[in-house]
Amino acid sequence: MSREQEREPLWREEVSIFAADESYVGRRQFAKFLVLTSLGMFAGNLWLLAKSLLRRPAPRLPAVPVARLDELPVGGVKAFSYPGPNDPCLLVRYAPDRWAAYSQKCTHLSCAVYYAAESRRLACPCHHGFFAVEDGRVLQGPPPRPLPRIALERRGDRLVAVGVDLQGGEEARA
Amino acid sequence: MRRQGPLYPPQRQALTAIDGAIALLAVLLVVQIWLLTAALEGFLAGHHRVALPAAIVSGVLFAGCWALYRLIAGLDRRGRR
Repeated sequence: MSREQEREPLWREEVSIFAADESYVGRRQFAKFLVLTSLGMFAGNLWLLAKSLLRRPAPRLPAVPVARLDELPVGGVKAFSYPGPNDPCLLVRYAPDRWAAYSQKCTHLSCAVYYAAESRRLACPCHHGFFAVEDGRVLQGPPPRPLPRIALERRGDRLVAVGVDLQGGEEARA
Repeated sequence: MRRQGPLYPPQRQALTAIDGAIALLAVLLVVQIWLLTAALEGFLAGHHRVALPAAIVSGVLFAGCWALYRLIAGLDRRGRR
């Protein structure tokens, strides 16, 4: 008798009428379910990998003048929009020769952050999240990521926004 | 010929081994679920470099799950003989 003929038909293996076999069938079916779930997780990771490999390059962003160098006093703040009109940002002059610009949307739930000059931090009033004004990193509270930073360039006596740095993620520049 | 009555000691041993393998399989699966969640979180945050190592590790975990399933199938076949 060949090995193929020795094997039980599939339905006999899967639907046992013998009580002694029942516990085997149940466990094997459960193990099969777990392995298929594992395959699903692997497929999900492959999908993420494919999306990462096939993603489009970051779009080129326009260069937009934000402020004159002497426009803001130390500790002063100017609101502007970049790269689009619906992307509110803050320009902060936090030292005599230091400027920084960030997206105004908190990375927690997109509340508008403001500059707290007395503590030199960017603060989100909704859930008391705080960001460092120097680099936008999270200092305290629930925000999971740093604030997206607006890349600035000095062109003559003007500060020009030239890109957005998601701080560890994609960067788009003019 | 299949037995219809209660389980004999060798069958019980095989069942215990299968239970152990299933527990290990569940642990691997929980790690894999966590890995996918972390990779997705990183991907949505713009960290595209995490996708490749996450996919490799997930593949290794799946291979482990598959090997455990083959082990369970083997024990199952021997135990029901």
